[in-house]
Amino acid sequence: MDFFLQQCINGVTLGGFYALIALGYTMVFGIIQLINFAHGEIYATGGYVGIIFLSYLGGQGYVETHPWLCLAGAFTLALVYCAALAMAVEKIAYLPLRRASRLSMLLSALGMSIFLQNGLMLTQGVYDKTYPSVFKTGVLHFGNVTLSYMQMIIVGVTGLLLVGLNTLVFRTRIGKAMRATAQDKVMAALVGINANRIISITFAIGAMLAAAAGIMVGMYYGAVRYDMGFVPGVKAFSAAVLGGIGNITGAMLGGLIIGLVEIFAAAYISSEYKDVFAFIILIGVLYFMPTGIMGENVDDTRV
Amino acid sequence: MAQPILEVRNVSAAYGKIMAIKSISLTVFPGEIVTIIGANGAGKSTTLMTICSILRPTQGEIFYQGQPIHTLAADRLPAMGLSQAPEGRRIFPRLTVQENLEMGAFFRNDKPEIYRDIEWIFELFPVLRERRKQRGGTLSGGEQQMLAIGRALMARPKLLLLDEPSMGLAPLVVQLIFETIKDINRTAGTTILLVEQNANLALKLATRGYVLETGRIVMEDQAQALLENPEIRKAYLGE
Amino acid sequence: MTQEFKRIAKYWAMAMAWFYALLWPLMGITAQGLKFGPSLKIFGLVALGSAFCVVVWFLNQGGRLEWCKRPAQAVTRAVTGRVARAPRWLSLGLIVLAAFLLPFVASRYALDVAVNVLIYVCLGLGLNVVVGLCGLLDLGYIAFYGVGAYTYALLSVNFGMPFWLCLPLAGTFAAVAGCIIGYPTLRMRGDYLAIVTLGFGEIVRIVINNWMSMTNGPNGILGITPPTIWWPNFANGFTFELLLLKKLPQLYWIILGLAIFTIVAVYRLNYSRIGRAWEAIREDETAAELMGVNTFKLKLLSYAMGAVFGGLAGAFFAARMRFVSPGSFTFIESAMVLSMVVLGGLASIPGVIVGALALIALPEVFRGFEQYRMFAFGAAMVVMMLFRPKGLIPAARYGRRSEERH
Repeated sequence: MDFFLQQCINGVTLGGFYALIALGYTMVFGIIQLINFAHGEIYATGGYVGIIFLSYLGGQGYVETHPWLCLAGAFTLALVYCAALAMAVEKIAYLPLRRASRLSMLLSALGMSIFLQNGLMLTQGVYDKTYPSVFKTGVLHFGNVTLSYMQMIIVGVTGLLLVGLNTLVFRTRIGKAMRATAQDKVMAALVGINANRIISITFAIGAMLAAAAGIMVGMYYGAVRYDMGFVPGVKAFSAAVLGGIGNITGAMLGGLIIGLVEIFAAAYISSEYKDVFAFIILIGVLYFMPTGIMGENVDDTRV
Repeated sequence: MAQPILEVRNVSAAYGKIMAIKSISLTVFPGEIVTIIGANGAGKSTTLMTICSILRPTQGEIFYQGQPIHTLAADRLPAMGLSQAPEGRRIFPRLTVQENLEMGAFFRNDKPEIYRDIEWIFELFPVLRERRKQRGGTLSGGEQQMLAIGRALMARPKLLLLDEPSMGLAPLVVQLIFETIKDINRTAGTTILLVEQNANLALKLATRGYVLETGRIVMEDQAQALLENPEIRKAYLGE
Repeated sequence: MTQEFKRIAKYWAMAMAWFYALLWPLMGITAQGLKFGPSLKIFGLVALGSAFCVVVWFLNQGGRLEWCKRPAQAVTRAVTGRVARAPRWLSLGLIVLAAFLLPFVASRYALDVAVNVLIYVCLGLGLNVVVGLCGLLDLGYIAFYGVGAYTYALLSVNFGMPFWLCLPLAGTFAAVAGCIIGYPTLRMRGDYLAIVTLGFGEIVRIVINNWMSMTNGPNGILGITPPTIWWPNFANGFTFELLLLKKLPQLYWIILGLAIFTIVAVYRLNYSRIGRAWEAIREDETAAELMGVNTFKLKLLSYAMGAVFGGLAGAFFAARMRFVSPGSFTFIESAMVLSMVVLGGLASIPGVIVGALALIALPEVFRGFEQYRMFAFGAAMVVMMLFRPKGLIPAARYGRRSEERH
């Protein structure tokens, strides 16, 4: 039983990461029908930028004196950076191709993904970059179940971000405009919504969530790698599809499910093949229930 | 004669590779109700979409209140007082009625006024108030049409474009909608450009009319004259 | 005129500023402090390069470059005119002859590169059947390559079966894999097909990597026998002996034969009824379905046929390297083969060949910049999509799917 609970905790933590990344995929697909392959690399870049800022502050000695303040600062800066990066990627590689065929945009996204990943490798090296160990916090014990403070912080921050996004998308004017643009781009223009601006904002928000996930993953597992974006990216996309592509709540749910499934599969079935389960879920969902658990949310006007 | 609120000069536009409208010219004066009638595929919707800059004219110019708008992006026009309730209603399906109306006022900053306007729309179309928290896609055709017009009105337009508001609706609903349109024109002074397949209703409502046939304007006259015109009666009024 | 230039210059300046803001944190913020040197160097290069491109483009738009464009165009026209006037069989025959004679004139290194190019030509043409002809975006194509390679590896090492017998078997197994993967995926929407095939490709790789008992996992399979043929031996009377073909020229001729076989096969498919049906599916699937084309079966067929070519190439790869491991069958390889097809020209056979040359031979020229290979490659893909989406040598007929015309 303890083992089961432990896996639940680990699964929720992992699921939170996938949910954050999946949101970026689902929002972008919902609004321009593109699988943003480069999104996984944004997530990886977030992890890197976090550590870049932290190592600089560490070199200056601030991390020893004010570790959590530095982390907060690095966190914010990484979010801003990744938002700027995602907007640049959109302007360069996707905006000019919006009238072209889907294949062109997809291949451009693929090229961008390779470009960014290798850019990370060239500027940051092929080896892992470790997060400062000052963040290795203590743990709570409930019998045989361990809950680390780090996990609680991560789950807490993830929860805050998800709630924040939910509020943004469902209760603010910009959020409603995002949903309107996703549902009918032409009509959105007719009511005065600048689709390009909304799309840029969508990319920025998705990137910020992914960057947050990247930093937290870096802290949780201790290190980041230039190619850490690829596999989680595909899994997060599976989560987005599972929840219903374009559907925000669906992506959150899907991420959680994929995280739990992965942890449980690794614990109870086989740990070498754990990556396969996410792919199997993806294929299964697309075959049996293509609109996902909570239904799609895309532009139905262009069939 | 006052300055026209809308002037379309020699505009041609293509829909994909098909030249849908050719050298169209029309004028709308403030306070009028002008209608464009024509058969299916005559290019009526294309005309409205070109005026709204969704489609780019391949030739010609469009002036709104004396300003050229054919080079502007579509999303700039509502702020200038031009809004459209397009063909097929195009309600945002997964936004609620309230949210659809809020989107109509997207470019506006005056929050209390926006909510006052929403209340006004609910006065015009009380059934929408009942459904205010319902998703737009679940509404009936008539309710959607009311919502579409309401949404267009949220922009406080000086010129309101309506594309086939009677399409697929029951006669009573159509009557209600047309009366509301006449009401808005009378009380708020909103100029109306109405595109309709139902020539009878349109010409009864409008002051002037244009007849569009395979992409060209073939006739222009006072609405009453068109109603009495034997050719029009034969072609569009079912005689 | 200068008004327009000022506007462009403003955009360029903004873009450069944004670029530096993104570049510097990655290069200039370190534990030791803030450095501006290396990032400024790169920024300088990029700024100069892009400024040059912008100026050239601007001059071109204004028609200022006619003085050098016109003679260049005249020369290209003369050359292509000459080439087009020569009879088809002559130019083709010359090319084949030249290819055949390559081992006699080329260095070992060049020949090695040539063998690689030809392997990728086979792969590219196989993928071309799926992506170019039928319009199905497959991101897991390398799985078939792997199936073919491991088929030969296992059959050779475990049962000692000869290469020439395993070759068709590898193709068959790959086709079967294609059917298995294709069956669920081909009912899906176009965008999803890409990611699902990616998933399948990864599944295959992970399975190969972890199934220790069958595939020896990440250690791979060693000791695969190269191709063999019975060759007459006149030493002690007239007997046949089993000769191992492991010399590079011999391998080269085998892959050349395979490549020619693939080219001819794809060419015939392209101009067959099946090829027509595939193109119909690519252009407008709904319309094709309505005209009585059994889209599902044909899509499955294209998948399986493309897989066959991949499997054959895979078997050869195993025979040549005499060693296979899961590391050769990653997603990046799939992406590379896809780029060859796309950059060279979708549905265009000469395009794919040029694509393979560009992507395999060109990096060899820039051997010193090995680590920048994939980086440049990603950038090239984006640039190609922006400026020449039809590829370097576009196919004669290529329209747009009606679903994509928006």
